[in-house]
Amino acid sequence: MSTVRVENIKKTYEKGQVLALDDVSFEVKSGELFGLIGPDGAGKTSLFRILTTLLVPDAGRAEVAGLDVVKDLWKIRQIVGYMPGKFSLYQDLSIEENLNFFATVFNTTVAQNYHLIEEIYVQIEPFKHRLAGKLSGGMKQKLALCCALIHEPKVLFLDEPTTGVDPVSRKEFWDMLDRLKARGITIVVSTPYMDEASRCDRIALIQKGKILELDTLDQIITRHAQNLYAVDADNRYNLMNDLRKNTEIVSAFAFGEEQHVTLPPHFQDKYLSEFLKEKGHTGIKVRKIAPTIEDTFIKLMLENQ
Amino acid sequence: MTKSVIHTEGLTRKFGDFVAVNAITFDVKEGEIFGFLGANGAGKTTAMRILCGLLEPTSGKASVAGYDVYRQNEEIKKHIGYMSQKFSLYENLTVRENIQFFGGIYGLTRKELREKTAVLIERLGLNQEADKLVGSLPLGWKQKIAFSVAILHRPKVVFLDEPTGGVDPITRRQFWDMIYEAAHEGITVFVTTHYMDEAEYCDRVSIMVDGSIAALDTPSGLKKQFQAESMDEVFLQLARGAKRGE
Repeated sequence: MSTVRVENIKKTYEKGQVLALDDVSFEVKSGELFGLIGPDGAGKTSLFRILTTLLVPDAGRAEVAGLDVVKDLWKIRQIVGYMPGKFSLYQDLSIEENLNFFATVFNTTVAQNYHLIEEIYVQIEPFKHRLAGKLSGGMKQKLALCCALIHEPKVLFLDEPTTGVDPVSRKEFWDMLDRLKARGITIVVSTPYMDEASRCDRIALIQKGKILELDTLDQIITRHAQNLYAVDADNRYNLMNDLRKNTEIVSAFAFGEEQHVTLPPHFQDKYLSEFLKEKGHTGIKVRKIAPTIEDTFIKLMLENQ
Repeated sequence: MTKSVIHTEGLTRKFGDFVAVNAITFDVKEGEIFGFLGANGAGKTTAMRILCGLLEPTSGKASVAGYDVYRQNEEIKKHIGYMSQKFSLYENLTVRENIQFFGGIYGLTRKELREKTAVLIERLGLNQEADKLVGSLPLGWKQKIAFSVAILHRPKVVFLDEPTGGVDPITRRQFWDMIYEAAHEGITVFVTTHYMDEAEYCDRVSIMVDGSIAALDTPSGLKKQFQAESMDEVFLQLARGAKRGE
Protein backbone atom coordinates (compact mmCIF):
# COMPACT_ATOMS: atom_id res chain seq x y z
CA MET A 1 0.00 0.00 0.00
CA SER A 2 1.19 3.50 -0.78
CA THR A 3 1.16 6.21 1.85
CA VAL A 4 2.41 8.96 -0.43
CA ARG A 5 1.49 9.11 -4.09
CA VAL A 6 2.77 11.85 -6.38
CA GLU A 7 1.54 12.04 -9.96
CA ASN A 8 2.99 14.36 -12.60
CA ILE A 9 3.51 17.23 -10.20
CA LYS A 10 4.69 20.47 -11.76
CA LYS A 11 5.55 23.65 -9.88
CA THR A 12 6.91 26.94 -11.19
CA TYR A 13 7.74 30.24 -9.53
CA GLU A 14 7.95 33.83 -10.71
CA LYS A 15 5.15 33.55 -13.27
CA GLY A 16 6.48 30.38 -14.79
CA GLN A 17 10.05 31.66 -15.15
CA VAL A 18 11.57 29.25 -12.64
CA LEU A 19 10.76 25.55 -12.98
CA ALA A 20 11.03 23.98 -9.52
CA LEU A 21 9.38 20.61 -10.20
CA ASP A 22 9.09 19.15 -13.66
CA ASP A 23 6.56 16.32 -14.02
CA VAL A 24 7.54 14.46 -10.86
CA SER A 25 5.89 11.11 -10.02
CA PHE A 26 6.66 8.56 -7.32
CA GLU A 27 5.13 6.53 -4.51
CA VAL A 28 6.22 5.90 -0.96
CA LYS A 29 5.07 2.63 0.57
CA SER A 30 3.51 2.40 3.98
CA GLY A 31 6.16 2.13 6.70
CA GLU A 32 8.96 2.96 4.30
CA LEU A 33 11.97 5.19 4.99
CA PHE A 34 12.20 7.06 1.71
CA GLY A 35 15.03 9.42 0.81
CA LEU A 36 15.05 12.35 -1.60
CA ILE A 37 18.71 12.83 -2.42
CA GLY A 38 19.84 15.93 -4.26
CA PRO A 39 21.64 19.25 -3.98
CA ASP A 40 20.22 22.65 -3.05
CA GLY A 41 17.84 23.90 -5.69
CA ALA A 42 16.83 20.38 -6.80
CA GLY A 43 13.19 20.98 -5.82
CA LYS A 44 13.13 18.98 -2.58
CA THR A 45 11.62 21.72 -0.45
CA SER A 46 8.91 22.55 -3.01
CA LEU A 47 7.93 18.90 -3.00
CA PHE A 48 7.76 18.79 0.81
CA ARG A 49 5.65 21.94 0.89
CA ILE A 50 3.20 20.49 -1.62
CA LEU A 51 2.92 17.21 0.30
CA THR A 52 2.33 19.04 3.58
CA THR A 53 -0.40 21.19 1.90
CA LEU A 54 1.53 24.45 2.24
CA LEU A 55 1.91 24.96 -1.48
CA VAL A 56 -0.43 24.18 -4.38
CA PRO A 57 1.09 22.55 -7.48
CA ASP A 58 0.61 24.09 -10.95
CA ALA A 59 -0.33 20.71 -12.36
CA GLY A 60 -0.54 17.08 -11.30
CA ARG A 61 -1.91 15.61 -8.11
CA ALA A 62 -0.64 14.15 -4.86
CA GLU A 63 -2.07 12.07 -2.04
CA VAL A 64 -0.94 11.48 1.51
CA ALA A 65 -2.54 8.50 3.30
CA GLY A 66 -5.21 8.42 0.60
CA LEU A 67 -6.10 12.10 1.07
CA ASP A 68 -5.75 14.73 -1.65
CA VAL A 69 -3.22 17.45 -0.84
CA VAL A 70 -5.43 20.22 -2.24
CA LYS A 71 -8.96 19.11 -1.32
CA ASP A 72 -8.27 17.42 2.01
CA LEU A 73 -5.66 19.79 3.34
CA TRP A 74 -7.14 20.10 6.85
CA LYS A 75 -7.27 16.33 7.30
CA ILE A 76 -3.71 15.92 6.05
CA ARG A 77 -2.43 18.54 8.47
CA GLN A 78 -3.73 16.39 11.36
CA ILE A 79 -1.78 13.32 10.36
CA VAL A 80 1.58 14.55 9.10
CA GLY A 81 4.61 15.78 10.97
CA TYR A 82 6.81 18.28 9.17
CA MET A 83 10.31 19.40 10.04
CA PRO A 84 11.22 22.22 7.64
CA GLY A 85 14.80 22.78 6.55
CA LYS A 86 14.80 26.19 8.13
CA PHE A 87 14.32 26.20 11.93
CA SER A 88 10.71 27.29 12.38
CA LEU A 89 9.87 26.93 16.06
CA TYR A 90 9.15 29.88 18.33
CA GLN A 91 12.53 31.33 19.25
CA ASP A 92 11.16 33.24 22.23
CA LEU A 93 9.48 30.21 23.78
CA SER A 94 11.45 27.66 25.81
CA ILE A 95 11.97 24.03 24.78
CA GLU A 96 9.15 22.94 27.07
CA GLU A 97 6.79 25.72 25.93
CA ASN A 98 7.34 24.92 22.26
CA LEU A 99 6.59 21.27 22.84
CA ASN A 100 3.45 22.01 24.88
CA PHE A 101 2.29 24.48 22.27
CA PHE A 102 2.53 21.93 19.45
CA ALA A 103 0.80 19.26 21.53
CA THR A 104 -2.06 21.66 22.35
CA VAL A 105 -2.51 22.75 18.74
CA PHE A 106 -3.06 19.10 17.84
CA ASN A 107 -5.48 18.50 20.75
CA THR A 108 -3.14 16.23 22.59
CA THR A 109 -0.73 16.37 25.53
CA VAL A 110 2.98 15.76 25.84
CA ALA A 111 2.24 13.02 28.40
CA GLN A 112 -0.02 11.13 26.01
CA ASN A 113 2.63 10.68 23.31
CA TYR A 114 5.72 10.91 25.47
CA HIS A 115 6.76 7.37 24.49
CA LEU A 116 7.36 8.59 20.91
CA ILE A 117 9.73 11.38 21.81
CA GLU A 118 11.24 10.12 25.07
CA GLU A 119 14.52 8.89 23.63
CA ILE A 120 15.16 12.20 21.86
CA TYR A 121 13.65 14.47 24.49
CA VAL A 122 15.77 13.20 27.39
CA GLN A 123 18.82 14.59 25.59
CA ILE A 124 17.44 18.15 25.64
CA GLU A 125 15.32 17.93 28.80
CA PRO A 126 18.09 19.27 31.07
CA PHE A 127 17.73 22.56 29.14
CA LYS A 128 13.93 22.59 28.96
CA HIS A 129 13.68 26.15 30.29
CA ARG A 130 16.10 27.55 27.72
CA LEU A 131 14.65 29.64 24.89
CA ALA A 132 14.62 27.84 21.55
CA GLY A 133 16.45 30.77 19.96
CA LYS A 134 19.41 30.18 22.29
CA LEU A 135 19.95 26.52 21.42
CA SER A 136 22.82 25.05 19.40
CA GLY A 137 22.14 23.58 15.95
CA GLY A 138 22.03 20.00 17.18
CA MET A 139 19.63 20.80 20.02
CA LYS A 140 17.32 22.77 17.71
CA GLN A 141 17.24 19.78 15.40
CA LYS A 142 16.21 17.45 18.26
CA LEU A 143 13.53 19.85 19.50
CA ALA A 144 12.12 20.28 15.99
CA LEU A 145 11.89 16.50 15.62
CA CYS A 146 10.08 16.22 18.99
CA CYS A 147 7.58 18.90 17.94
CA ALA A 148 6.98 17.15 14.61
CA LEU A 149 6.30 13.86 16.44
CA ILE A 150 4.20 14.95 19.40
CA HIS A 151 0.80 14.34 17.73
CA GLU A 152 1.81 10.82 16.63
CA PRO A 153 1.81 11.49 12.87
CA LYS A 154 1.27 8.73 10.33
CA VAL A 155 3.79 10.29 7.98
CA LEU A 156 6.88 12.27 8.89
CA PHE A 157 8.38 14.75 6.41
CA LEU A 158 11.93 15.81 7.23
CA ASP A 159 13.52 18.41 4.98
CA GLU A 160 17.32 18.25 5.23
CA PRO A 161 17.41 17.46 8.94
CA THR A 162 21.17 16.75 8.90
CA THR A 163 22.49 19.67 6.84
CA GLY A 164 25.41 21.37 8.58
CA VAL A 165 25.50 18.68 11.24
CA ASP A 166 28.76 16.85 12.00
CA PRO A 167 29.20 13.18 10.99
CA VAL A 168 28.74 11.78 14.51
CA SER A 169 25.47 13.63 15.14
CA ARG A 170 24.29 12.69 11.66
CA LYS A 171 24.75 8.99 12.39
CA GLU A 172 22.87 9.35 15.68
CA PHE A 173 20.03 11.12 13.89
CA TRP A 174 19.66 8.32 11.35
CA ASP A 175 19.67 5.76 14.18
CA MET A 176 16.71 7.66 15.67
CA LEU A 177 14.90 7.51 12.33
CA ASP A 178 15.41 3.73 12.21
CA ARG A 179 13.67 3.40 15.57
CA LEU A 180 10.77 5.64 14.49
CA LYS A 181 10.41 3.54 11.38
CA ALA A 182 10.25 0.42 13.56
CA ARG A 183 7.17 1.99 15.20
CA GLY A 184 5.45 2.00 11.81
CA ILE A 185 5.80 5.68 10.92
CA THR A 186 6.32 6.34 7.21
CA ILE A 187 9.24 8.72 6.79
CA VAL A 188 10.15 10.91 3.81
CA VAL A 189 13.50 12.58 4.33
CA SER A 190 15.67 14.74 2.10
CA THR A 191 19.43 15.18 2.25
CA PRO A 192 22.25 16.62 0.18
CA TYR A 193 24.66 14.04 1.70
CA MET A 194 24.94 11.16 -0.77
CA ASP A 195 26.35 8.77 1.86
CA GLU A 196 23.07 8.93 3.76
CA ALA A 197 21.33 7.18 0.85
CA SER A 198 22.46 3.87 2.33
CA ARG A 199 20.25 4.51 5.37
CA CYS A 200 17.04 4.62 3.28
CA ASP A 201 14.86 1.73 2.05
CA ARG A 202 14.51 3.40 -1.33
CA ILE A 203 15.77 6.66 -2.73
CA ALA A 204 14.94 9.15 -5.45
CA LEU A 205 17.89 11.04 -6.92
CA ILE A 206 16.63 14.50 -7.75
CA GLN A 207 18.27 17.31 -9.67
CA LYS A 208 16.84 20.50 -11.21
CA GLY A 209 13.24 19.49 -10.54
CA LYS A 210 13.51 16.07 -12.14
CA ILE A 211 13.85 12.61 -10.65
CA LEU A 212 16.93 11.06 -12.25
CA GLU A 213 16.48 7.64 -10.70
CA LEU A 214 14.30 5.89 -8.16
CA ASP A 215 14.91 2.52 -6.55
CA THR A 216 16.90 0.84 -3.80
CA LEU A 217 20.46 2.11 -3.55
CA ASP A 218 21.94 -1.20 -4.75
CA GLN A 219 19.62 -1.42 -7.74
CA ILE A 220 20.44 2.10 -8.86
CA ILE A 221 24.17 1.54 -8.61
CA THR A 222 23.95 -1.81 -10.43
CA ARG A 223 21.82 -0.35 -13.21
CA HIS A 224 24.40 2.33 -13.92
CA ALA A 225 27.51 0.20 -13.97
CA GLN A 226 30.52 2.06 -15.34
CA ASN A 227 34.10 1.30 -16.28
CA LEU A 228 35.52 3.06 -13.23
CA TYR A 229 39.08 3.29 -11.88
CA ALA A 230 40.65 4.84 -8.79
CA VAL A 231 43.87 6.57 -9.76
CA ASP A 232 46.66 8.10 -7.72
CA ALA A 233 50.19 9.39 -8.38
CA ASP A 234 52.90 11.28 -6.51
CA ASN A 235 52.10 14.70 -8.00
CA ARG A 236 48.37 15.00 -7.43
CA TYR A 237 48.01 18.50 -8.83
CA ASN A 238 49.52 17.49 -12.18
CA LEU A 239 47.59 14.22 -12.11
CA MET A 240 44.32 16.13 -11.82
CA ASN A 241 45.20 18.46 -14.68
CA ASP A 242 46.46 15.70 -17.00
CA LEU A 243 43.35 13.60 -16.47
CA ARG A 244 41.03 16.55 -17.07
CA LYS A 245 42.78 17.39 -20.36
CA ASN A 246 42.58 13.86 -21.80
CA THR A 247 39.58 13.83 -24.16
CA GLU A 248 39.36 10.01 -24.35
CA ILE A 249 38.42 9.91 -20.67
CA VAL A 250 34.68 10.15 -19.99
CA SER A 251 35.10 11.89 -16.64
CA ALA A 252 37.61 12.35 -13.82
CA PHE A 253 36.69 13.64 -10.38
CA ALA A 254 38.51 13.80 -7.06
CA PHE A 255 37.31 11.31 -4.44
CA GLY A 256 39.30 11.71 -1.26
CA GLU A 257 42.97 11.17 -2.00
CA GLU A 258 42.28 9.54 -5.36
CA GLN A 259 40.78 10.50 -8.70
CA HIS A 260 37.82 8.42 -9.90
CA VAL A 261 38.20 8.03 -13.65
CA THR A 262 35.49 6.70 -15.95
CA LEU A 263 36.79 5.18 -19.20
CA PRO A 264 34.87 4.18 -22.33
CA PRO A 265 33.55 0.58 -21.97
CA HIS A 266 36.28 -1.26 -23.92
CA PHE A 267 39.25 0.54 -22.30
CA GLN A 268 41.37 -1.18 -19.64
CA ASP A 269 43.48 -0.03 -16.69
CA LYS A 270 46.61 -0.37 -18.87
CA TYR A 271 45.41 2.63 -20.86
CA LEU A 272 45.57 4.85 -17.80
CA SER A 273 48.93 3.63 -16.49
CA GLU A 274 50.51 4.05 -19.92
CA PHE A 275 49.00 7.49 -20.44
CA LEU A 276 50.26 8.69 -17.05
CA LYS A 277 53.72 7.18 -17.56
CA GLU A 278 53.93 9.05 -20.84
CA LYS A 279 53.08 12.26 -18.99
CA GLY A 280 56.03 11.65 -16.69
CA HIS A 281 54.14 10.61 -13.57
CA THR A 282 55.68 8.49 -10.84
CA GLY A 283 54.08 6.39 -8.12
CA ILE A 284 51.16 5.60 -10.42
CA LYS A 285 48.40 3.48 -8.90
CA VAL A 286 45.40 2.34 -10.94
CA ARG A 287 42.73 -0.09 -9.72
CA LYS A 288 39.29 -0.98 -10.98
CA ILE A 289 36.54 -0.13 -8.50
CA ALA A 290 32.79 -0.46 -8.05
CA PRO A 291 30.94 2.88 -8.18
CA THR A 292 29.53 4.52 -5.05
CA ILE A 293 26.23 6.40 -5.01
CA GLU A 294 28.15 9.62 -5.56
CA ASP A 295 29.84 8.24 -8.70
CA THR A 296 26.41 7.19 -9.92
CA PHE A 297 24.85 10.57 -9.18
CA ILE A 298 27.65 12.30 -11.08
CA LYS A 299 27.16 9.97 -14.05
CA LEU A 300 23.42 10.68 -14.09
CA MET A 301 24.04 14.42 -13.84
CA LEU A 302 26.43 14.34 -16.80
CA GLU A 303 23.96 12.29 -18.86
CA ASN A 304 21.16 14.73 -18.09
CA GLN A 305 23.06 17.92 -18.83
CA MET B 1 62.01 25.19 5.75
CA THR B 2 58.74 26.65 4.47
CA LYS B 3 57.53 29.45 6.67
CA SER B 4 54.40 29.43 8.73
CA VAL B 5 51.47 31.59 7.72
CA ILE B 6 49.45 30.69 10.79
CA HIS B 7 51.16 30.06 14.10
CA THR B 8 49.47 29.33 17.43
CA GLU B 9 50.90 28.38 20.80
CA GLY B 10 48.71 27.47 23.76
CA LEU B 11 45.91 29.54 22.24
CA THR B 12 42.99 29.66 24.68
CA ARG B 13 39.61 31.37 24.78
CA LYS B 14 37.24 31.21 27.72
CA PHE B 15 33.66 32.44 27.98
CA GLY B 16 33.16 32.72 31.74
CA ASP B 17 34.02 29.28 33.11
CA PHE B 18 33.61 27.63 29.75
CA VAL B 19 36.87 26.90 27.91
CA ALA B 20 35.80 27.07 24.26
CA VAL B 21 39.35 26.74 22.91
CA ASN B 22 41.81 24.97 25.19
CA ALA B 23 45.52 25.65 24.60
CA ILE B 24 45.76 24.73 20.94
CA THR B 25 49.18 24.75 19.27
CA PHE B 26 49.72 24.33 15.56
CA ASP B 27 51.37 25.81 12.46
CA VAL B 28 50.05 26.13 8.93
CA LYS B 29 52.68 26.42 6.21
CA GLU B 30 52.63 28.69 3.20
CA GLY B 31 50.61 27.24 0.31
CA GLU B 32 49.22 24.44 2.45
CA ILE B 33 45.61 23.25 2.38
CA PHE B 34 44.82 22.79 6.05
CA GLY B 35 41.60 21.03 7.09
CA PHE B 36 40.17 22.15 10.42
CA LEU B 37 37.68 19.53 11.55
CA GLY B 38 35.63 18.86 14.65
CA ALA B 39 32.11 18.07 15.81
CA ASN B 40 29.55 20.85 16.26
CA GLY B 41 30.50 22.66 19.44
CA ALA B 42 34.12 21.48 19.50
CA GLY B 43 35.43 25.06 19.33
CA LYS B 44 36.22 25.43 15.62
CA THR B 45 34.24 28.62 15.09
CA THR B 46 35.75 30.32 18.14
CA ALA B 47 39.27 29.42 17.00
CA MET B 48 38.53 30.62 13.50
CA ARG B 49 37.14 33.93 14.74
CA ILE B 50 40.35 34.53 16.70
CA LEU B 51 42.49 33.76 13.66
CA CYS B 52 40.41 36.15 11.53
CA GLY B 53 41.06 38.96 14.01
CA LEU B 54 37.43 39.10 15.16
CA LEU B 55 37.83 37.86 18.72
CA GLU B 56 40.59 38.36 21.26
CA PRO B 57 41.99 35.22 22.88
CA THR B 58 42.09 34.84 26.67
CA SER B 59 45.68 33.60 26.67
CA GLY B 60 48.33 32.02 24.48
CA LYS B 61 49.94 33.24 21.28
CA ALA B 62 48.77 33.41 17.70
CA SER B 63 49.82 35.16 14.55
CA VAL B 64 48.33 35.15 11.07
CA ALA B 65 50.28 36.29 7.98
CA GLY B 66 52.89 37.60 10.42
CA TYR B 67 50.46 39.77 12.40
CA ASP B 68 49.69 39.31 16.07
CA VAL B 69 46.07 38.53 16.96
CA TYR B 70 46.13 40.76 20.07
CA ARG B 71 47.72 43.91 18.71
CA GLN B 72 47.38 43.78 14.92
CA ASN B 73 43.94 42.32 14.30
CA GLU B 74 43.06 45.11 11.86
CA GLU B 75 46.12 44.20 9.78
CA ILE B 76 45.05 40.54 9.85
CA LYS B 77 41.67 41.43 8.39
CA LYS B 78 43.39 43.15 5.45
CA HIS B 79 45.63 40.19 4.68
CA ILE B 80 43.15 37.34 4.77
CA GLY B 81 40.19 36.26 2.70
CA TYR B 82 37.05 34.77 4.23
CA MET B 83 34.13 32.85 2.86
CA SER B 84 31.39 30.82 4.48
CA GLN B 85 28.27 29.15 3.23
CA LYS B 86 26.15 31.39 5.43
CA PHE B 87 27.62 34.65 4.27
CA SER B 88 29.29 35.06 0.96
CA LEU B 89 27.83 37.62 -1.44
CA TYR B 90 25.12 40.26 -1.53
CA GLU B 91 22.15 38.66 -3.26
CA ASN B 92 20.68 41.95 -4.44
CA LEU B 93 23.85 43.16 -6.11
CA THR B 94 24.94 41.88 -9.52
CA VAL B 95 27.96 39.64 -9.99
CA ARG B 96 29.99 42.62 -11.21
CA GLU B 97 28.85 44.85 -8.34
CA ASN B 98 29.76 42.19 -5.78
CA ILE B 99 33.25 41.79 -7.21
CA GLN B 100 33.78 45.57 -7.21
CA PHE B 101 32.31 46.02 -3.76
CA PHE B 102 34.50 43.39 -2.10
CA GLY B 103 37.54 44.36 -4.13
CA GLY B 104 37.00 47.98 -3.07
CA ILE B 105 36.75 47.00 0.60
CA TYR B 106 40.06 45.17 0.29
CA GLY B 107 41.65 48.32 -1.06
CA LEU B 108 42.11 47.56 -4.75
CA THR B 109 42.48 50.68 -6.90
CA ARG B 110 39.91 51.56 -9.56
CA LYS B 111 42.25 50.40 -12.28
CA GLU B 112 42.98 47.10 -10.53
CA LEU B 113 39.28 46.60 -9.93
CA ARG B 114 38.41 47.10 -13.59
CA GLU B 115 41.10 44.70 -14.75
CA LYS B 116 40.50 42.04 -12.11
CA THR B 117 36.73 42.12 -12.59
CA ALA B 118 37.10 41.55 -16.33
CA VAL B 119 39.60 38.73 -15.86
CA LEU B 120 37.50 37.04 -13.21
CA ILE B 121 34.24 37.20 -15.17
CA GLU B 122 36.04 35.77 -18.18
CA ARG B 123 37.69 32.99 -16.19
CA LEU B 124 34.46 31.92 -14.50
CA GLY B 125 32.69 31.98 -17.87
CA LEU B 126 30.12 34.45 -16.55
CA ASN B 127 29.97 36.97 -19.41
CA GLN B 128 26.24 36.34 -19.81
CA GLU B 129 25.54 36.62 -16.08
CA ALA B 130 27.85 39.46 -15.07
CA ASP B 131 25.02 41.97 -14.74
CA LYS B 132 22.46 39.63 -13.23
CA LEU B 133 21.60 39.72 -9.53
CA VAL B 134 23.56 37.14 -7.58
CA GLY B 135 20.32 36.01 -5.91
CA SER B 136 19.08 34.64 -9.23
CA LEU B 137 22.08 32.31 -9.74
CA PRO B 138 22.33 28.64 -8.68
CA LEU B 139 24.05 28.00 -5.35
CA GLY B 140 27.03 26.28 -6.97
CA TRP B 141 27.83 29.39 -9.04
CA LYS B 142 27.46 31.65 -6.04
CA GLN B 143 29.98 29.53 -4.14
CA LYS B 144 32.50 29.72 -6.97
CA ILE B 145 32.09 33.48 -7.31
CA ALA B 146 32.30 33.92 -3.52
CA PHE B 147 35.57 32.00 -3.41
CA SER B 148 37.04 34.00 -6.29
CA VAL B 149 36.00 37.23 -4.57
CA ALA B 150 37.56 36.09 -1.28
CA ILE B 151 40.96 35.72 -2.98
CA LEU B 152 40.66 38.71 -5.33
CA HIS B 153 43.14 40.77 -3.28
CA ARG B 154 45.63 37.85 -3.26
CA PRO B 155 45.53 37.32 0.51
CA LYS B 156 48.25 35.28 2.25
CA VAL B 157 45.58 32.96 3.63
CA VAL B 158 41.93 32.31 2.91
CA PHE B 159 39.52 30.96 5.55
CA LEU B 160 36.71 28.80 4.21
CA ASP B 161 33.95 27.89 6.67
CA GLU B 162 31.99 24.92 5.32
CA PRO B 163 32.18 26.28 1.79
CA THR B 164 30.52 23.38 -0.01
CA GLY B 165 27.44 22.60 2.10
CA GLY B 166 24.46 21.54 0.00
CA VAL B 167 26.03 21.81 -3.46
CA ASP B 168 25.87 18.97 -5.97
CA PRO B 169 28.74 16.45 -6.20
CA ILE B 170 30.15 17.84 -9.46
CA THR B 171 30.14 21.47 -8.31
CA ARG B 172 31.65 20.39 -4.99
CA ARG B 173 34.60 18.89 -6.87
CA GLN B 174 34.95 21.85 -9.22
CA PHE B 175 35.10 23.99 -6.11
CA TRP B 176 37.96 21.87 -4.78
CA ASP B 177 39.75 22.20 -8.12
CA MET B 178 39.65 25.97 -7.50
CA ILE B 179 41.06 25.46 -4.00
CA TYR B 180 43.93 23.39 -5.41
CA GLU B 181 44.67 26.07 -7.96
CA ALA B 182 44.75 28.80 -5.33
CA ALA B 183 47.08 26.71 -3.15
CA HIS B 184 49.26 26.04 -6.18
CA GLU B 185 49.55 29.81 -6.64
CA GLY B 186 50.79 30.10 -3.05
CA ILE B 187 47.62 31.04 -1.18
CA THR B 188 47.30 29.16 2.10
CA VAL B 189 43.88 27.56 2.54
CA PHE B 190 42.30 27.00 5.97
CA VAL B 191 39.07 25.07 5.55
CA THR B 192 36.35 23.50 7.71
CA THR B 193 34.01 20.85 6.34
CA HIS B 194 31.60 18.13 7.41
CA TYR B 195 32.32 16.09 4.29
CA MET B 196 34.97 13.58 5.33
CA ASP B 197 36.02 12.83 1.76
CA GLU B 198 36.98 16.50 1.51
CA ALA B 199 39.23 16.07 4.52
CA GLU B 200 41.26 13.72 2.33
CA TYR B 201 41.85 16.51 -0.20
CA CYS B 202 43.76 18.48 2.46
CA ASP B 203 47.54 18.38 2.90
CA ARG B 204 47.09 18.14 6.65
CA VAL B 205 44.09 17.84 8.92
CA SER B 206 43.49 18.71 12.55
CA ILE B 207 40.55 17.34 14.50
CA MET B 208 39.24 19.29 17.49
CA VAL B 209 37.49 17.54 20.37
CA ASP B 210 36.19 19.46 23.39
CA GLY B 211 38.25 22.57 22.65
CA SER B 212 41.58 20.77 22.14
CA ILE B 213 43.32 19.47 19.06
CA ALA B 214 42.99 15.70 19.44
CA ALA B 215 44.90 14.79 16.29
CA LEU B 216 46.90 16.52 13.58
CA ASP B 217 48.62 14.89 10.62
CA THR B 218 48.31 14.17 6.91
CA PRO B 219 45.16 12.21 6.03
CA SER B 220 47.19 9.06 5.37
CA GLY B 221 49.13 9.57 8.61
CA LEU B 222 45.88 9.85 10.57
CA LYS B 223 44.43 6.76 8.96
CA LYS B 224 47.58 4.83 9.87
CA GLN B 225 47.59 6.17 13.43
CA PHE B 226 43.95 5.20 14.04
CA GLN B 227 44.10 2.03 11.93
CA ALA B 228 41.18 3.31 9.92
CA GLU B 229 40.17 2.82 6.29
CA SER B 230 38.79 6.32 5.85
CA MET B 231 38.80 9.77 7.44
CA ASP B 232 35.17 9.14 8.37
CA GLU B 233 36.32 6.35 10.71
CA VAL B 234 39.10 8.49 12.16
CA PHE B 235 36.62 11.25 12.88
CA LEU B 236 34.11 8.90 14.48
CA GLN B 237 36.73 7.33 16.75
CA LEU B 238 37.83 10.75 18.01
CA ALA B 239 34.52 12.58 18.18
CA ARG B 240 32.71 9.73 19.95
CA GLY B 241 35.08 10.32 22.85
CA ALA B 242 33.81 13.89 23.23
CA LYS B 243 32.55 14.68 26.73
CA ARG B 244 31.05 18.02 26.05
CA GLY B 245 27.65 18.41 24.41
CA GLU B 246 26.98 21.20 22.00
